[in-house]
Amino acid sequence: MAVARAAGGQAVQSAAVHTKPIPSTGEALPLVGLGSWITFNVGNDRVAREACAEVMRAFLGAGGRMIDSSPMYGSSQAVIGEGLARLGQPAAVFAADKVWVSTGKDGPAQIEASRRLWRVPRFDLLQVHNLLGWEAHLPTLLAMKAARQLRYVGITTSEGRRHREIEALMRSQPIDFVQVSYNLLDREVEQRILPLARERGIAVIANRPFREGALLRELQRHALPRWASDIDCDGWAQFALKFIVSHPALTCAIPATSSVAHVRQNMGAATGRMPDEAMRRRMAAHVESL
Amino acid sequence: MSEWWTYRPSDFLLFSARTYWRLFELYNADLWPWQGVALVLGIGLLAATTLRGGERVVRVAFIGLAGCWLWVAWAYHLERYASINWAATWLAAAFALQGLVLLVQAGVGRRRVRERTDLARTVGVALTAYAVLAQPVLGRLVDRPWSQAEVFGLAPDPTVLATLGLLLATEASTAADRAARVLAHLAWPLPLLWCALSGATLWTLQTPHAGVLPLAGLLALGVAWRTRRAATTGPRPRRS
Repeated sequence: MAVARAAGGQAVQSAAVHTKPIPSTGEALPLVGLGSWITFNVGNDRVAREACAEVMRAFLGAGGRMIDSSPMYGSSQAVIGEGLARLGQPAAVFAADKVWVSTGKDGPAQIEASRRLWRVPRFDLLQVHNLLGWEAHLPTLLAMKAARQLRYVGITTSEGRRHREIEALMRSQPIDFVQVSYNLLDREVEQRILPLARERGIAVIANRPFREGALLRELQRHALPRWASDIDCDGWAQFALKFIVSHPALTCAIPATSSVAHVRQNMGAATGRMPDEAMRRRMAAHVESL
Repeated sequence: MSEWWTYRPSDFLLFSARTYWRLFELYNADLWPWQGVALVLGIGLLAATTLRGGERVVRVAFIGLAGCWLWVAWAYHLERYASINWAATWLAAAFALQGLVLLVQAGVGRRRVRERTDLARTVGVALTAYAVLAQPVLGRLVDRPWSQAEVFGLAPDPTVLATLGLLLATEASTAADRAARVLAHLAWPLPLLWCALSGATLWTLQTPHAGVLPLAGLLALGVAWRTRRAATTGPRPRRS
């Protein structure tokens, strides 16, 4: 166990968090990040905003870094910005956001509006959300990266959509990240996109690791197999996350939660023993058999 | 939107059920005790349709209802709902437009409450009664606190249902009053669309009473269709 200095100065005991390098730079990223889809869209509810800040405190205190959002996610960006301000703008945060507007001319204004909501000097990663207007946005993002206004560029999709275009862009564009849906049941990306990411040196972010909670609700009707303790899983959430992040091509998964207990549990998936290829096959087969 | 057929309603849902109902809780807390005024207004609307009000009473009812739509457009959609749903800005515009349509209806169209024996009036009164008296209680039946109640005139769902009720329960004062009939037709689409939209939202949020609004909309549409058909075809001449 190591003692980490959490955001806000609180000392938190946490096991060493496993990281993977971003292929384009070698920068280490913890295997588990924090998504904000639905969970952080709480509007102007003061109580809920404070709760989100506590989730962020617990996430960063447990060694997490990547927080991911989008202009599409309602008030999530503003809630993250307020949370970061409450926590004293922790330097460890890896700020990942998206551009989500159909016309290229509106991209820079949206990016700047997003940056102000986050209250950060610049984003670490900007992604073209669901490939919307990628032809116009990718040149903008790459120019921002060249001007050191941005560190990484990426593209996203979800739930298996537009994978052919994703593949084509992974082959043709100098992107650093690709974000796709990947979990114990949605494994289509294993066929082409994950091998291509390894071949091209592109980091992979897995979204919807729990199918928006539906996968966990289903799994929790069954007992966790005893052999899950061989890879230090304390529950189905860690079982599901360890399966995802142990894929050699995966860089990190970004589960979203509004619960401090759950974010700590999620971060636990980035610690301890990780499944090897044989164990991953066993995990997938077990879940398919339920 | 490419591959549109792969999208589900849940793909467009930006918030959790907890956040959605907290929105009503905070809204109600901000407005307290104006819920009482809204209830009185709703009971007045119910009385107007139950007691067979004349043109003047119906006109006042439409003006009051128009005010409710304009209020919901601004106070609910624009000021609150837009904080968790970026599409609410468009919803606010739609609700404001509906408020204006009802205002014009009140100013130009001459309408009266239908005959007591008319099915459309019975269903209209029932929908209005449900919107004003039953809808606020609905949340309690599924274990939501009173503080999250949806109140007629302040929340969209009961306001929309009461509007369908008033449209059903009233008719053009004279068959030749083309303006009243055309305006009445213009007043139907938005409430019906809201029934579908709100139903889809609540269904996606796994709310037990998600089907109430779509079913009420279908019922209102069916009764309106039947009433119109009966009016246009008239009684069939007997064969000699």
